[in-house]
Amino acid sequence: MANRETIFNLAVALLLLALPIAANYAGEPFYVTLATRIAILSLAAVGLNLALGLGGLVSFGHAAFFGIGGYTAGILASHAFSGDPLIFGLPGTKQMIVIWLVAMIAGGIVAFLIGLISLRTAGVYFIMITLAFAQMIFYFAISWPAYGGEDGLPIFVRNQFPGVNTLRPLPYFLICYALLAIGLILFKLIADSRFGAALQATRQNEVRVASVGIPPYRIRLAAFVISGMFTAIAGALFADLNRFVSPSMLSWHLSGELIVLIILGGVGRLFGPVVGAAIYVLLEFWLGGITERWQFFLGLILLGVVLFARGGVVGLIAGRARHG
Amino acid sequence: MTIALFLEQLLNGLQFGVMLFLMAAGLTLIFGVMGLINLAHGSLYMVGAFACAVVAAWSGSFWIGLVASLAAAAAAGAIVELVVIRRLYTRDHLDQVLATFALILIFSEGTRWVFGSIPLYLDIPTLLQGTVPLPGGSRYQLYRLAIIGVGIAVAIGLYLLITQTRLGMRIRAGESDREMIGALGVDVATLYTVVFALGAALAGLAGAMVGAIQSVQVGMGEPVLILAFVVIVIGGIGSIRGALIGAVLVGVTDTMGRFLLPQAMQLFLPPSQAGLIGGAIASMLIYLLMAVVLALKPRGLFPAQA
Repeated sequence: MANRETIFNLAVALLLLALPIAANYAGEPFYVTLATRIAILSLAAVGLNLALGLGGLVSFGHAAFFGIGGYTAGILASHAFSGDPLIFGLPGTKQMIVIWLVAMIAGGIVAFLIGLISLRTAGVYFIMITLAFAQMIFYFAISWPAYGGEDGLPIFVRNQFPGVNTLRPLPYFLICYALLAIGLILFKLIADSRFGAALQATRQNEVRVASVGIPPYRIRLAAFVISGMFTAIAGALFADLNRFVSPSMLSWHLSGELIVLIILGGVGRLFGPVVGAAIYVLLEFWLGGITERWQFFLGLILLGVVLFARGGVVGLIAGRARHG
Repeated sequence: MTIALFLEQLLNGLQFGVMLFLMAAGLTLIFGVMGLINLAHGSLYMVGAFACAVVAAWSGSFWIGLVASLAAAAAAGAIVELVVIRRLYTRDHLDQVLATFALILIFSEGTRWVFGSIPLYLDIPTLLQGTVPLPGGSRYQLYRLAIIGVGIAVAIGLYLLITQTRLGMRIRAGESDREMIGALGVDVATLYTVVFALGAALAGLAGAMVGAIQSVQVGMGEPVLILAFVVIVIGGIGSIRGALIGAVLVGVTDTMGRFLLPQAMQLFLPPSQAGLIGGAIASMLIYLLMAVVLALKPRGLFPAQA
């Protein structure tokens, strides 16, 4: 059966593309922005899904990478705006492609450093250590005044992409959608590769992996670094969407939300993060329209999902994963 | 820098550490016995603080408020355990994280619903107002000393409870083999509820006591919760002794770092920059401490025998 999940995934991908385009031509640019938000959060969660879903590494600190991506965009843009050189006489930039590359490298380096220490531990220790490292960066961002400190850093004009008017909602959505698509393809390629097989094996049976000569620590570290890179790029996109970066992008609430997106959609499933992000953002929007107390009801719904709907929405629709 | 100022900061660090211990003791007990990671522990701290502030304002007595905070936090803990947490013991940590994250949203927004967004204030009881002299000529707040005293008393009390009483014996037995004590006729479900309520009461006590020196507001529990995680990771998850030592270590390191680092930086930086850089590094210091401890001992200083 080629199978329910593939068809379902294709339908989700098409819907996420078609609805914003339709909304744009119906003169409802707000919905395009909402869809952009979904695409960006999906990309961040696809990154986390690599570590969490495939590798079983429950990182409660992915906001660190999201925020680092955001601050990369903000800092580079602010230097380009003011004309001050950034470091070693290098100027800032307003080119998204350069920003993404720098965000990816910065996110990767920080993920490497955090992973180096955190991956020595496992289970609940790993959850708390990744959380603590993210908090460390969060407090640093708050108390370091050069880039806005607690107040955050505005990006006055959205950064540029060659040949595209990024200031308009639909073209910017399409950029984010394209990056999400690349992210999903890479996720699929990684999951099906030898590396992906080894990574999933470390989740299922670490001792057996070690006994056939594959060092689990290195596999996990590599996965954690790649995961951080994905999420950092999403952070850069998010900063450009809001034209604003603040320490809230680094807060532990965001780390929690990314985990929530994955569990809502389905852990380790290719489109789990996308479905989760779509549900989460729409729920937030819908509840926020009905009541000021939407967080209360969001909490109740999440609680219901954990207690009663295991396997997430993708699991509910496409059936259980073939291998646990 | 005088000796008196140094001593005052050291006591502040100790007071902060003792408060963290009250939070960390509950967390580590719940993890040690039930294997549950409880993010909503900070919400129970908040419940304690609100109960104390409201009841103290209504009755005019801080002490009645303090009793109310213990009762309210324990009751909230017991209810949450019976309704939600109980279903999570057999689940993996991921489900526990998500469910207790949802509980935080419910608690925070629920509290804001009832009490509004404006912080409540709680006065220090008259008995504990005033200061005591410190060697070196300065004076120190009596109330903060009282918090240190309460923390030490709770630590001793917990030690006696766990080593000397029947309940403590069951808790220790539950840590090492839950199926066996179930087979021996101990009502494990009730034991878990009691342990959870006990941890909640300690968090509520911490919230109520801190409420008198800070403002009582929604979200007050979250920074403390994360520090309590750092504490139990440093101390070794499941170990009360580790929680005590970790808490004092974190409390003193954090307070002294914020106090000393900016001054130390002045030795080789201009004062304005020294303050900024010193302050930024000080805010990260405890996480660096944690990283060093874990790099040397991945299971914390006092790993519980698993």
